[in-house]
Amino acid sequence: MNIKAARNLRRISQGLFLILFLFLLFKTEFRGTFSENSQENIRLSYPVRIFLDIDPLAAVSTAISTHSLYKPIIWSLIVIIGSILIGRLFCGWICPLGTLNHIFSSFKSDKKREKIINSNRYKNWQSVKFYILFGMLAAAVFSSLQTGLLDPISFTIRSLATSIIPGLNYIMRLILDSMYATENSFLQFVSNLGYKIFENNLFTFKQLYFHNSFIIGIIFLTVLIFNRIIIRFWCRGICPLGALLGIFSKLSIFGMEKDHEKCTYCDKCLIDCQGADEPIAGVKWKSHECVLCFNCQASCPEDVIHFKFFPKQESIGALAPDLTRRRLIISLGAGFTLFPILRAASGLEKNYNPKLIRPPGSLEEKDFLARCIRCGECMKVCPTNAIHPTLLEAGPEGIWTPFLIMRMGYCEDTCVLCSQICPTGSIWEIDEETKSGGENGNRVKIGTAFIDQGRCLPHAMDIPCIVCEEHCPTSPKAIHLKDVTVIDRNGEKVELRQPYVDPELCWGCGICEYMCPVKDKPAIYVTNVGETRSPENRLLLEA
Amino acid sequence: MERRKFIKLTARAGAGVIASGGMGFWLASRSKKPTVRTEIGTRLDYTIPPSPDLPELASAKGDSPSELTEMVINALGGINRFISQGDIVVIKPNIGWDRIPQQAANTNPEVVKKTVELCYNAGAKKVIVTDASCNDPRRCFARSGIANAAEKAGAEVKLPEKRKLKNVNMDGVILKNWPIYSHYLEADKVINIPILKHHNLTRLTIGMKNWYGMIGGIRSQLHQDIHNSIADLAQFMKPTLVILDAFRVLLTNGPQGGSPRDVKNMNIIAAGTDQVAVDAYGAHLFGINPDEIPFITIAHQRGLGKMDISEINIKNMIT
Repeated sequence: MNIKAARNLRRISQGLFLILFLFLLFKTEFRGTFSENSQENIRLSYPVRIFLDIDPLAAVSTAISTHSLYKPIIWSLIVIIGSILIGRLFCGWICPLGTLNHIFSSFKSDKKREKIINSNRYKNWQSVKFYILFGMLAAAVFSSLQTGLLDPISFTIRSLATSIIPGLNYIMRLILDSMYATENSFLQFVSNLGYKIFENNLFTFKQLYFHNSFIIGIIFLTVLIFNRIIIRFWCRGICPLGALLGIFSKLSIFGMEKDHEKCTYCDKCLIDCQGADEPIAGVKWKSHECVLCFNCQASCPEDVIHFKFFPKQESIGALAPDLTRRRLIISLGAGFTLFPILRAASGLEKNYNPKLIRPPGSLEEKDFLARCIRCGECMKVCPTNAIHPTLLEAGPEGIWTPFLIMRMGYCEDTCVLCSQICPTGSIWEIDEETKSGGENGNRVKIGTAFIDQGRCLPHAMDIPCIVCEEHCPTSPKAIHLKDVTVIDRNGEKVELRQPYVDPELCWGCGICEYMCPVKDKPAIYVTNVGETRSPENRLLLEA
Repeated sequence: MERRKFIKLTARAGAGVIASGGMGFWLASRSKKPTVRTEIGTRLDYTIPPSPDLPELASAKGDSPSELTEMVINALGGINRFISQGDIVVIKPNIGWDRIPQQAANTNPEVVKKTVELCYNAGAKKVIVTDASCNDPRRCFARSGIANAAEKAGAEVKLPEKRKLKNVNMDGVILKNWPIYSHYLEADKVINIPILKHHNLTRLTIGMKNWYGMIGGIRSQLHQDIHNSIADLAQFMKPTLVILDAFRVLLTNGPQGGSPRDVKNMNIIAAGTDQVAVDAYGAHLFGINPDEIPFITIAHQRGLGKMDISEINIKNMIT
């Protein structure tokens, strides 16, 4: 194949994979398609997490932390084997964040030619990504999985799902809704049209809000903007997945051959280089940095650069000079040292946060932290907007892991989508039958509700309510009512029904907390005591 | 300095001073404390003229909810009495919960489907089926079977959308300014299709309580004076027709149930034009004397309808 055609193929591949990625992200929501059979359990209609299933970093790091592979992630072998054979093709052709970085670095820049050439030469700081990778893998040896923080797939899904998409929804709905509110029939038509166009893609069913997600969004935008200063800054210097694939690429049978004599040093290859991998003659090509964009060969006027199978090895540089043994040991050591320091911070072993309510099906906390890659898929799919990224609620090791905030949403009684979507099994896959415990079985509990009798209307203020009881989904209801007659301040008898929680029946769904009319600080609230996943965080004596 | 230049610069600065000063005083004159915009008192009356020859309420017992629906509507004079050519009809079933039909927490989908079909047969231009659910509406509309059934009959199924809320002044005893979904304001006819269910605060939820699903706002606060708020809603919204689904009835653990143990098959569909009478009849079916249910008594006292079963002209049918 002609090299220009190969470059165009790469562009098409990037575009299609980015579109596929966004399409699947938009479909990571039950959008209300009404099937014939109402008994049918609700499932998503597309395999929405395939980008996570083929993510080699998630596979390798969870394999280290759990000594196993959660079934679907075996698909990552496709990318691993691909990288072993061809190199970092994933970075340049498939990775959605790579493509976004590529797009953001391609806008016309007013930078001088010399500056661009200089910034596209290999720099020592590009080896930082390897040290990040090794530090994180060292922590994974102790079952503390931190790769998700910087895994590009997790990073992109999390940022788009919890910050960028909700932000776009907010501004677009604001505009369309204020048009609708004008009562001008033309503007209302435009508003309705806008909703029609976006309702099945960009727009979530309702406006979503995520706990502290602005931090996630700002980090994401910063990464994109950095491309204006250094092309593919993230891919070159930070990305641990890129580093992992760079290591695999050392086995590759595909690569670059240079005809050093022919080169006139016009520097055209350097101007277009994405990976800063030294395509120019006179130095060795760094296959572990190259994202195989083929720009260099396409722009070379002198026929110096050739990508081919089984290239001569003379022009190909080794990992060794970029990655010194000393620094490698330091980064491994940092990972090993950081782990006990993070664990010694309170939270996980002691003084466990009672509001850290994990989604139903979640594994015990340490197993959970060994698996969760913080991709945010569960947050995106939750129909009630109950699942949020933690900041420090789960301790320093658990940043951006999912937890439920019942004032924002609640766990829908018959919904299991978060467990269906989790790519690594930190929320182990359960079905409706398991969640409800079947007939007389044991339910999956995520916590227990408690009544604040000082704030509850019938308990404290002689005012009738029962909203919590009304919404309680179990049968018989975990919230039950006791009839009392009280004397109010005027000496009159008032008959009231006061709610109480039966901790055996309550599973912590939190709809009571969500619906409680005491709006600011609810009179009924859920904490995680009694959660099925923990053998220690118990309330009741169990036979 | 040149004269021309002097004049030009002075004019420019002067224009700036006048513009900023004028803008400032104009904006200052507009300053007032922001208030929530409300509409004037509104009552929605979609009733049709009474017809003394026909029964006020019809009730039928049998095996097919859709046949029973047609029977009771025919007994009341047929669908053409209620729906005219070109009408926009809003149908309000109870789609409150993420429950399947067998759990009897939502209106029977066959009843809704039949009603939609009949409306189109009578020449309705558009039939809208909508509700503001308690659980996630997408799940409620799907799992109740109502969305699919109504769509098949050609109805427009409308999930609740926040932007469609409009503030109205209901001018009730408890309810003053509340947001309601605008479909109800834009309709020609409104049909309420509640399901008869147990409820722990009011003992029962039937037709008038079903209007909770018409409004937005903090509905959970209405429970503090639930009977008056139900009566206020019934006073605000008078439907063309009420069809009562008592085919499967949730006897306990209402209003959402969850277990088949809570459900009894009564196999009855009833319909009437007097919403108080339909609720009274529902209570009667449940084995409760209507005067034990305060929201029925209050609605009756406000002159909204009959509550004494012996005074209501009922036609009973069995297939």
